[in-house]
Amino acid sequence: MTRRQNRMLAVGSLIAGLALAAWLGFTAMSKNLMYFYTPTDVVSGKAPAHAKMRLGGLVERGSVSRGEGLLVSFTLADCAQKVGVKYEGILPDLFREGQGIVATGHVEDGKFVASEVLAKHDENYMPPELADSLKTEGGHSCMPFKPVEKPVTALAS
Amino acid sequence: MWTWFHRLASPPSFYRFADRVAPWLAVAALLLLGYGLFAGLWIAPKDYQQGDAFRIIYVHVPAAALSLSLYTGMAIAGVVALIWRIKLAECAIVALAPIGASFTALALVTGMLWGKPMWGAYWVWDARLTSELVLLFLYLGVIGLDQAFLDRRAAARACALLAIVGAVNVPIVKYSVEWWNSLHQASTILKFGKPTITAEMAIPLYASLLGAYLLAGMAALRRMQNEVLLRERRAGWVRELTAV
Repeated sequence: MTRRQNRMLAVGSLIAGLALAAWLGFTAMSKNLMYFYTPTDVVSGKAPAHAKMRLGGLVERGSVSRGEGLLVSFTLADCAQKVGVKYEGILPDLFREGQGIVATGHVEDGKFVASEVLAKHDENYMPPELADSLKTEGGHSCMPFKPVEKPVTALAS
Repeated sequence: MWTWFHRLASPPSFYRFADRVAPWLAVAALLLLGYGLFAGLWIAPKDYQQGDAFRIIYVHVPAAALSLSLYTGMAIAGVVALIWRIKLAECAIVALAPIGASFTALALVTGMLWGKPMWGAYWVWDARLTSELVLLFLYLGVIGLDQAFLDRRAAARACALLAIVGAVNVPIVKYSVEWWNSLHQASTILKFGKPTITAEMAIPLYASLLGAYLLAGMAALRRMQNEVLLRERRAGWVRELTAV
């Protein structure tokens, strides 16, 4: 082999080794790289029961009810399940029914008690007139809210 | 074709080629960016959910796209420099790093300014934001490593190695929003099939995207010219050039 071919082999195996290491590493840590859990995870018991965590989903239509002061409660849903959320504090401007949000908090008596609510807007951009005519009612897709661990039943459907 | 390629890879002919091409790139970049930013910031309609705040997309998306493209270019130059020992590829690595670092910083800053009013937070540690920050550190690492060597060729080879190793991060940044849950939205412009942005908003975006690529290309040629001059300062053709 010439010296150039030697170098090609060295660089080639460096790249192959790195790709393999990265793939193995990220497959193993995939769960830790999820920014939030989904209602499906909470209902199926895959999310931590009492520890602080983030929950992402869509604010269900007609579920928002405001209490005294800044108290608000609503239901968060993904494509399969839903979880009730309680929150006291300032909501982001984008918060509305049908909006994707990510809440930080913990589960208490089957309800999610949030200490922070962030808005997760989707990748669609259009003028208001078009949004009105599309009659999407501003609803986001539930697709970006992937369960951290896929439940077996969801695969069958 | 290969003879043309080899001739271009020789420093003096590259220098002359870059001198001819760079001004045209600058003019085209200025026109495209001028149109793209003007049409994006003033003419395009406001977004149905984000209102006028979405307009930062016309800076954020080109900056983020360049941050990944320039790193990919730097890693490819690294492979070429290590295997074929082409001097011009070595120049490209050290020339591209500061340009890429600038675009990465711009993408991070515009992203933070966008995140506060829309998400409700300047920064979150989700996969997209974290990997883009790692990208900035990789660029800074290449710049620092380059400065740490006196010998330009040794510096370029060390930088090539770091650039190649760091290239693992590029697909992670790109696909982080698809592989994992994130607060950051999924890709708007590279999503095939369903259109996710209306034409009146998209056309200025593509214009500023192309303009940013041409601007980066111009900057890369000029920085490579500088690097070539620095390395070849004792060569005959450089002395002729500077004697005029």
